[in-house]
Amino acid sequence: MTKWTMAVDLRRCVGCQTCTAACKHANATPPGVQWRRVLDMEFGEYPEVQRAFVPVGCQHCDDPPCLPVCPTTATKKRPDGIVTIDYDLCIGCAYCAVSCPYQARYKTERATFAYGKASEHEALRHDEDRLAVATKCTFCVDRIDDGLERGLTPGIDPEATPACVNACIAQALVFGDIEDENSNVSQLLARSQHFRMHEELGTGPNMRYIWDSTDPIPEPLAAHRETSTETTP
Amino acid sequence: MSYGPNPWVQQHWDFRAAMNFIGGGAGCGLLIASALAGGPRTLQQACLLLGLALVGVGLLHVWAEIGRPWRALNVFINPGQSWMSREAWVAPWLMLAGAAALFFWPVAAGLAAVLAAAFLYCQARILQASKGIAAWREPRLIPLIVVTGLAEGLGLFVLLAAFWQGLDVGAALTLGGLLLLRLLAAQRWRAALAAGRTPTRTLTACDRALRPLYAGSVVALALLPLALLLPPGVAAAAQALAGLVAALGGGVFKFLLVTRAAFNQGFALPHLPVRGVRRSSATHGATE
Repeated sequence: MTKWTMAVDLRRCVGCQTCTAACKHANATPPGVQWRRVLDMEFGEYPEVQRAFVPVGCQHCDDPPCLPVCPTTATKKRPDGIVTIDYDLCIGCAYCAVSCPYQARYKTERATFAYGKASEHEALRHDEDRLAVATKCTFCVDRIDDGLERGLTPGIDPEATPACVNACIAQALVFGDIEDENSNVSQLLARSQHFRMHEELGTGPNMRYIWDSTDPIPEPLAAHRETSTETTP
Repeated sequence: MSYGPNPWVQQHWDFRAAMNFIGGGAGCGLLIASALAGGPRTLQQACLLLGLALVGVGLLHVWAEIGRPWRALNVFINPGQSWMSREAWVAPWLMLAGAAALFFWPVAAGLAAVLAAAFLYCQARILQASKGIAAWREPRLIPLIVVTGLAEGLGLFVLLAAFWQGLDVGAALTLGGLLLLRLLAAQRWRAALAAGRTPTRTLTACDRALRPLYAGSVVALALLPLALLLPPGVAAAAQALAGLVAALGGGVFKFLLVTRAAFNQGFALPHLPVRGVRRSSATHGATE
């Protein structure tokens, strides 16, 4: 069985927001709506400060809390793990939005455009069906489905891969089938230390954040770690 | 765009959603209280009318909040899983039973009370199922919301009854007991939040939300003996005031719970990315 997963290498992300721009371009989301956004997080106090850029969005959870609360069954989960929204069923109650621990869902009440009036391409791509209903990252499900039909491999072939992954300048985003142990994402995760956000909530998120390799700590660094008096940021 | 690690108050449900919990809770509580307490037929009718109106006003507010009001009937699709769907399924039967009891079949008040209890329980479960909001997902919120609704409803009954009759000892004792239970449930909910990994901002906001609930409960508890012991005129005023503050305390608490204390989960990193020197690990973010 296939289960699509996104790995985010936090060591590589430079916070350039190219994934955000690519997502907006691919999905024509309105201003203020970022299905793929990158958090700029700062930890600690001077001089022990560390910065992390953290791409977030729908985690396509194994047990998505947005799904059982939906009174209309607009939110569904596919066998391949992708969580979808049926815009024709959704009533825009936003119950899913308050149930999501990842703040991944948006509801846009009225049409808005980058410069007030719709530009030509905004007018062309404007979708009334997505107004006043819940929207979120789809893992670019159309690209995946279309690519699979053409015999392509999501995560490997760009045409079958989510736009944010294609656009990442640092290869910080990696997409693939985690059930396939030979897939790119499985291989990467096997040689990395990674976590899932808010795992204690039991949602089983399918974005995995890589923070270190599994390589043993080199001798000089290990010595430094033991003698270091630094405090936790 | 930077959000940082700290939670912020959810912006999806505003006062309109809060009104559903306020009106629904107080209205259902009143329907239950009037069915159990009895009294003159006109008092019963006043309680039924006000109870149904409060539930209806709450539902109208929700209808005004949803993005696609003209497909609101889709809310009935998922009673197998969604507490919001279940609430929607109970609502029309509650209205029908309440209307029947109000206009031509007083015995239906008992059925309306049962349905009101179901409606109130659905509301409590709606909040608790919202995993994204730390203050709501704590299971001890369920008894708090239920007992708050019951106390509000009985408070309104005591308020209305002041215009018909003196305070019945049984009603006074029941209201006093419910208020004590409400205080206990609030304490247990707050303690559970503190014992969990609830962000500090949520705890602070919950403390603020609890103040009117504590104040309303304590003031009402202090007024209830006066309503029993003082001369009739003053006693009626004390009775009405006790009922009013009991109801207001719960209503304001729910308003604050939905609109002010509903901090989301924020973002947290159990580990920071290792670039160069490895650092000690700890969970970062979502602690303030």
